[in-house]
Amino acid sequence: MRTEFIKELCEIAETDDRIWLLTSDLGYSVLEQFYNLFPKRYINVGVAEQNMTGIAAGLAMCGKVAFTYSIANFPTLRCVEQIRNDVCYHNVDVKIVAVGGGLVYGALGMTHHGTEDLAIMRALPNMTVIAPGDPVEVKLAMRAIVERKGPYYLRLGSSKEPIVHQNLTHFQIGKAIKVKDGSDVTLITTGGMLYNTYQAAEKLMQKGIQARVLSMHTLKPLDAEAVMDAAQQTGAILTIEEHSIIGGLGSAVAEILAESGNQNIIFKRLAIRDLFCQVVGSQEYLRGIYGLSVDGIIKAVQSLCGFH
Amino acid sequence: MNGEFKTQVLAKDIRSHVLRMTHKANASHVGTCLSTADLLAVLYSKILRINPSQPDWSGRDRFILSKGHGCAAVYAALAERGFFPKEWLETYGKDGSQLAQHITHIGIPGVDASTGSLGHGLSIGCGMAMAGKRDSRDYRVFVLISDGECDEGSIWEAILFAAHHKLNNLVVIMDYNKLQAFGTIKEILNLEPLADKWIAFNWAVREIDGHNEEHIEDALTSLPFDSEKPSCIIAHTIKGKGVSFMENQLAWHYKSPDEELLNQALYEVRVTE
Repeated sequence: MRTEFIKELCEIAETDDRIWLLTSDLGYSVLEQFYNLFPKRYINVGVAEQNMTGIAAGLAMCGKVAFTYSIANFPTLRCVEQIRNDVCYHNVDVKIVAVGGGLVYGALGMTHHGTEDLAIMRALPNMTVIAPGDPVEVKLAMRAIVERKGPYYLRLGSSKEPIVHQNLTHFQIGKAIKVKDGSDVTLITTGGMLYNTYQAAEKLMQKGIQARVLSMHTLKPLDAEAVMDAAQQTGAILTIEEHSIIGGLGSAVAEILAESGNQNIIFKRLAIRDLFCQVVGSQEYLRGIYGLSVDGIIKAVQSLCGFH
Repeated sequence: MNGEFKTQVLAKDIRSHVLRMTHKANASHVGTCLSTADLLAVLYSKILRINPSQPDWSGRDRFILSKGHGCAAVYAALAERGFFPKEWLETYGKDGSQLAQHITHIGIPGVDASTGSLGHGLSIGCGMAMAGKRDSRDYRVFVLISDGECDEGSIWEAILFAAHHKLNNLVVIMDYNKLQAFGTIKEILNLEPLADKWIAFNWAVREIDGHNEEHIEDALTSLPFDSEKPSCIIAHTIKGKGVSFMENQLAWHYKSPDEELLNQALYEVRVTE
């Protein structure tokens, strides 16, 4: 995802001179591509995320489209008030990019686990929250967020996510992508969990469970229609996210369902419990602990469908 | 375009408005507005290149009040300069009003940035100044900060940044009235040696009497103090300046004058100077 991001940003910046890129001294071996092409529109502000975000707001107030870039919680939680007051209240063209969303930096410890970002960004007025599911979605999302005005949060994973979409050309902010259709259950996923979810759905098919897979790349505004359709047409929904169980995709979907009047829906959230990781490990290792591995997703679906 | 505005008249008008507004709204922060009144009067009468009939003009000088709680004084200056009708001032902080008690740009022509949480304005100013430099525009960016605000780490992030990037189109005016919310700066969190700090951070610094029109104008017409550095004006001010019973009184960070004190205060600000 990271590779697609910088490649696409450079391409867009080639024809759009409003594009600026700011980093708080992270992105070594990634951001050089942009700097080499557009040194006048690049700033490494130093290790100072609050200042970076305020500067981005100031640039945007002068007509720029300012991307802020860092990893995990640094471009979001570290400077959340600058995002709220300077960016969101002024409703300016600042696009916040976090690499390492979720447990990408699993071995680095809890400071580098980006596991509450979606909840917090989602709560801010004027903010659109996007967590693309694979590199193809990143590419298309980049175009979309530059075309649209206002604050955006783009949550990316690492550089290792496999491509899920083979032929995706249409991407609309706020519209879920149906990656696979099915009638028994709907798996709604966001961000880098798309690959594991898709793998699980394929295996479930062999077990006789037809799972629909929705890539809910836009957390806010949420595609309520896709959720309601899933509820009506499949009767069961499992949300899957590499994020705290509080405030993210599962909460957003639950809000829609709770107010829908549909009382027959079977619903469960697969997410990281409300705690800090007590051990470290690779992303896949930690995903396994929280039931977010392919097997974990399969088990959750089977248990959900047992009541179905 | 600023010539017809007499600075001293504007200063008195700002003070009178601020007193009436805080009285009417039963609002806090009258002291801080009075300490900046002379600085704002010079800025809005002689210095800022702005156009009230075209508030969003891209070539304008930017002015950011980073100490957003001092907004009544800025609203007053803007109204006097014709950015919006003076009647709006009467709604300050009232039900349904857009004139919030921390400066807001929404619905208020002439406000370049909204603040209210301390330590935000200078970073925004750095962004505006950076855009101006790299676009080869000649506008300047003025950021009025408070002394207590310098307790915020983010201010120092911006101070480092501005000097590193030689933002000579950026001007900080510091309202150094030496009182913060719980007492004196010296008691709560000492900033001294203050000028030395800015100098050590590679800013060009000038200290002035923030109530002396000549001092203020002289500083603001000598910008930048150094063509390779951002400029900092440390304005020594008196919180509550112009109203004898408010001067240097911490309580007037919070209190709003009742009818009797309002009249006394109005009398004082009109006859002084």
